[in-house]
Amino acid sequence: MAENVEEPWFRARGMFAALLSGPVLFLFAFLLAPLAIIWGYSFGHTQGLKEIVVDGTFANYAHALNPLYLSILVKSFVFAVVTTGLCLLIGFPVAMAITFAKPQSRAWLLLLIMLPFWTNLLIRTYALMAVLRTQGYVNVFLGFLWNNLSQIMVAAHLGHLAPFQPLDLLYNNFAVILGLVYVQLPFMVLPLYSAMDRLDRSLLEASLDLGAGHLRTLFQIVVPLAMPGIASGVLVTLIPSLGAFLTPDLLGGGDSQMIANVIERQFKAANDWPFGAALSFLLMYVTFAAIALQSMFTPKGGRRG
Amino acid sequence: MTDTARLPKPKPGPLDYLARWPLRLWVAGTALFLYAPLITLMVFSFNNSRRNIVWRGFTLDYYAQVLQDESLQHAFVNSLTIAFVSTLLSVILGAATALLLWRFRFTFKLGLEGALSIPIVVPEICMGVAFLVFFTKVVPWPTALPWPLNLGAIIIAHVSFSFSFVASVVRARLASFNREMEEAARDLGASEWRTLMDIIVPHMRPGLFAGGLLAFTLSLDDFVITFFTSGPDTITFPVKVYSMIRFSVTPEVNAASTLLIVITVALTAIALRMQGSDAGRDPS
Repeated sequence: MAENVEEPWFRARGMFAALLSGPVLFLFAFLLAPLAIIWGYSFGHTQGLKEIVVDGTFANYAHALNPLYLSILVKSFVFAVVTTGLCLLIGFPVAMAITFAKPQSRAWLLLLIMLPFWTNLLIRTYALMAVLRTQGYVNVFLGFLWNNLSQIMVAAHLGHLAPFQPLDLLYNNFAVILGLVYVQLPFMVLPLYSAMDRLDRSLLEASLDLGAGHLRTLFQIVVPLAMPGIASGVLVTLIPSLGAFLTPDLLGGGDSQMIANVIERQFKAANDWPFGAALSFLLMYVTFAAIALQSMFTPKGGRRG
Repeated sequence: MTDTARLPKPKPGPLDYLARWPLRLWVAGTALFLYAPLITLMVFSFNNSRRNIVWRGFTLDYYAQVLQDESLQHAFVNSLTIAFVSTLLSVILGAATALLLWRFRFTFKLGLEGALSIPIVVPEICMGVAFLVFFTKVVPWPTALPWPLNLGAIIIAHVSFSFSFVASVVRARLASFNREMEEAARDLGASEWRTLMDIIVPHMRPGLFAGGLLAFTLSLDDFVITFFTSGPDTITFPVKVYSMIRFSVTPEVNAASTLLIVITVALTAIALRMQGSDAGRDPS
């Protein structure tokens, strides 16, 4: 195959202009412009019901730092970090099992992880609601076990248990984190798998041959070599969790609102667009910072392959 | 990898972690966690009971109700229309972007690539509110337009987040193009345009299909961005399902969800198969 050499644009001006105009116009008009406008709004304030005056004020950003909103920002970050940690904990062994599986079972295992990833986010969240609610499958199943246990105890003349109290599994922080892990897990497994798939197995065999146990090999050989994959897995799990809207909206209770829910409220019910815009941009800055941090820690140059 | 392949081992090798029971249990547990909620949802959509907890026999009643529900039908038609039109536009824009980045060297190339990564890195909620502001304040989209023109705002929003995905799929496909074919066509007297349409576009085709299917599923699946751009007359299927879910867990929602799961999984499988066969067929 011939090496693809990019040609300078002025050698085919007509074609260049034809290809360039559509995408660039669209990007400016319908992607950069909307974002630029809310960036502008974040330095403004509402006047009356509808009017928004952009006067270069930083009041919205200052407002975002008041304890109520700061605590929600911090809480969103904690939720995202806990979710990412759990996904890493659950996903790492899974990714390892896939990497070291036989080729034919590897394809099936990958499909197993990917399939839920293709189903709609909304529907996955709804599926969890049906499992967790008071009359959901978990509580019905626990109730069934509890009643049987109670009957056994009656039969054995041990007295009986108090009637079953359904657990409150939905509309709280637990449900939000469970939901986030449920939704984000495939995002974690795939980059981990692709990093571990590239790693040189003779290093692992050498480590085992030289007498290191499996755990020591895991922590001293596999984890350091898979670090780029871990970093990108953490990033692709952390960012969507941080900006999650649906999961806390549907599974969360009053005290488990995340930053995206506050943003939505500013644009819909509370009707304070400038403040919502400032919060959106704070969320974006945090996201960009995470990406910058990740690219700083990812070694540049050729990877082994 | 080659080392282990050369030595056939009768019993599981030291690295065959999947053969160890703790890891098997772990994978099985994860699969249960990922699938149990979805499978119960799908199974109970056929359950002949409103309470939806205990199995009371097979029924298709809820599917019949979903298919007869006019507002759901309307939402579904909206979703399909939006997906079709936005896919078409995304494929055109995505293909142009891919060709541009593949063929030319220009000063603001990095800037363009950066702009294309916006839909991937900016949180959905921020994109959603940006479109909400844009389509109410800056370019107020008339709500009284006849169908399907009233869907324009949603279509534009969908194109702007999906065409960069199409561009990256098509660009990956272009990487395997043999430039000598293009040179041969030009040497034999074909015009620039003719070379593009007769030589390059046919090579791009699998990428265009795969990218198009990706755009279609992204559009059909999107909730957050659509939620902020849709009005009372321009409800899409996910937005409608969301408003049903807010009220309660019902077998109708299970049936509607099952339909959407089946459609998106089927489309994604087709897209992946196309990409896969395309990679396998690569002549070079």
